[in-house]
Amino acid sequence: MKSAPAPTGPYGLMAEFDRPDDLVEATRRAYEHGYRMMEAYTPFPVDGLAEALGFRHNRIAAVVLIGGVAGGLGGFFMQWFSAVIHYPVDIGGRPFNSWPAFIPITFEMTVLFAALAAVVGMLGLNGLPRPHHPVFNVPRFALASRNRFFLCLQARDPLFDAEGTLRFLEESQPKAISVVPF
Amino acid sequence: MTHSDPESDSAAEASPVLAPGHTYGTVTDKISALVLVRPYNWRWFLGLGVGFALTMMLLLAITVLLVHGVGVWGVDVPVMWGFAIVNFVWWIGIGHAGTLISAILLLLKQDWRTSINRFAEAMTLFAVACAGLFPLLHLGRPWVFYWLLPYPNTMALWPQWRSPLIWDVFAVSTYGTVSLLFWYVGLIPDLATLRDRAKNRWAGYIYGCLAMGWRGSARHWHRYRTAYLLLAGLATPLVVSVHSVVSLDFTVAILPGWHSTIFPPYFVAGAIFSGFAMVVTIAVPLRAAYGLHDFITTRHLENMAKVMLATGLIVAYGYLMEAFTAWYSHNPYEEFVQLENRPFGPYAHTYWMMLTCNVFIPQLLWFRSVRTSVLGLWVLAFFVNVGMWLERYVIVVTSQHRDFLPSSWAMYHGTVWDYATYYGTLGLFLSLMFLFIRFLPVISITEMRELVHETEQDQERRAEQSSPEGTVP
Repeated sequence: MKSAPAPTGPYGLMAEFDRPDDLVEATRRAYEHGYRMMEAYTPFPVDGLAEALGFRHNRIAAVVLIGGVAGGLGGFFMQWFSAVIHYPVDIGGRPFNSWPAFIPITFEMTVLFAALAAVVGMLGLNGLPRPHHPVFNVPRFALASRNRFFLCLQARDPLFDAEGTLRFLEESQPKAISVVPF
Repeated sequence: MTHSDPESDSAAEASPVLAPGHTYGTVTDKISALVLVRPYNWRWFLGLGVGFALTMMLLLAITVLLVHGVGVWGVDVPVMWGFAIVNFVWWIGIGHAGTLISAILLLLKQDWRTSINRFAEAMTLFAVACAGLFPLLHLGRPWVFYWLLPYPNTMALWPQWRSPLIWDVFAVSTYGTVSLLFWYVGLIPDLATLRDRAKNRWAGYIYGCLAMGWRGSARHWHRYRTAYLLLAGLATPLVVSVHSVVSLDFTVAILPGWHSTIFPPYFVAGAIFSGFAMVVTIAVPLRAAYGLHDFITTRHLENMAKVMLATGLIVAYGYLMEAFTAWYSHNPYEEFVQLENRPFGPYAHTYWMMLTCNVFIPQLLWFRSVRTSVLGLWVLAFFVNVGMWLERYVIVVTSQHRDFLPSSWAMYHGTVWDYATYYGTLGLFLSLMFLFIRFLPVISITEMRELVHETEQDQERRAEQSSPEGTVP
């Protein structure tokens, strides 16, 4: 825990917990109290935590669907265009648009584009890559990738005030509270 | 095992997927220490050295091939698909177990997959890399391989969409890409763990770049989980499609012994069979060398043995049906290949060795004592690896070397450069595997932490159930 009081404008206050359930509980409490500009950090996905933050729906599924549909249509169109329009080859009067033969590549392109959309969409919506973030300024935050669970209430929240928020966080009995400097 | 409550013993739950006594901290420290703390030792250098030497042999063989052309291989009329295609199918099949473990078992919520999925995925990736070399080198003019891809070109040419060989290009490159994405996405939180644990500044910097600033935010995890599950959902039909398309390379041709509708399912089962054999082949020495007995338990080995038995039986059914269909069809060419040339022709020894390795020996897996014997299972997996290579040899060579016209019959043998290329790719695979073990976590740290969490919750639930009724509110 940082001993020095916050200089003007910290990024926020960060409470550290030992157990994921305590973090979920503290997060729910903060949300019910009216805090919205906050984020929880955990070493593995914790059930119910994002919901406690008021984050229920992400748009990944829609992004993947769009990617898959684009890949499938694009893949089929590429083959159809090449075989029917751009370079038709008449082999014993067989149909140019021999669509059953186009299915394997259409399928592969669907999967390829959907998978790329899933990864690029996930990283993009998460705002990654982002090498620097204020939470990394807290030395104990290195444990967020080991065995500690953090809740960070951000200073930009209208309810935030250094004294009151500190007291509010203390009521959840965290292991430690740190000031997150910019 | 230090079980305190008698209930879980009586539940016949065999051995656990995680040895008791682990916390979030201990799994993190133990697995990340494999990469960050453990000193280099001579065994690792020996292993990498052997792999590296064989990789150099691969480069030599490729150079000779590029200088002299595919004539340095044993391929000639009528056997135009020799070792290159045998090795291609063998390697790509091995890769399939990695995807099966990481994707299909994830969707089926099989928690025992957690400690083996990371290196199985790495195995997939490296196997696909080795596989991809063969068709490229087999092209004759590998430097114009990009003609296989649809790109705007001054020749105004397009690939032949109706050919399974082009389907294969798309299937294998998609498979390689998706496997890489799946592996990398799984690695991101672990790379962040290594970034935070690294003592060496450069190591921290490199892992930090690769982790892309991952900080474990709840919203990020939410999207991450959705994306990971969807990737698993996409990889599942993909893995089935890839080996089906590989089998179509054969079945769309009208050669006796290839032109068969059982090929796609039988190829997919064979791929998983050989892949699990390779996972066992790697897992057993890995856990012995790095003391991973807590994470890769007997239960993992036994489950993999069961998958091998099941898929091995499907493969045996495939062999049986090939022969039956040939006999039932009364097609003289099919009958000749399946009932005469394969079992009793000049390659009969290969055929019977294949049956021994793939059908007869794996029947030992019916016995629990074999499934739980580490050494026994490892040796058995080795036989399956060999057997599945022989299977592809039988399929590729025996169908081609005696086809419709006896005047064009000939024998096929691999040359020294065929063997050099094949063993060279084994070396490439080995080198990549050794580098992976040294520089990346071989077990998913994040998923192990999740497993610790789930195990704790299970224990709490069980404790509540077993406590006397009055005390539970």
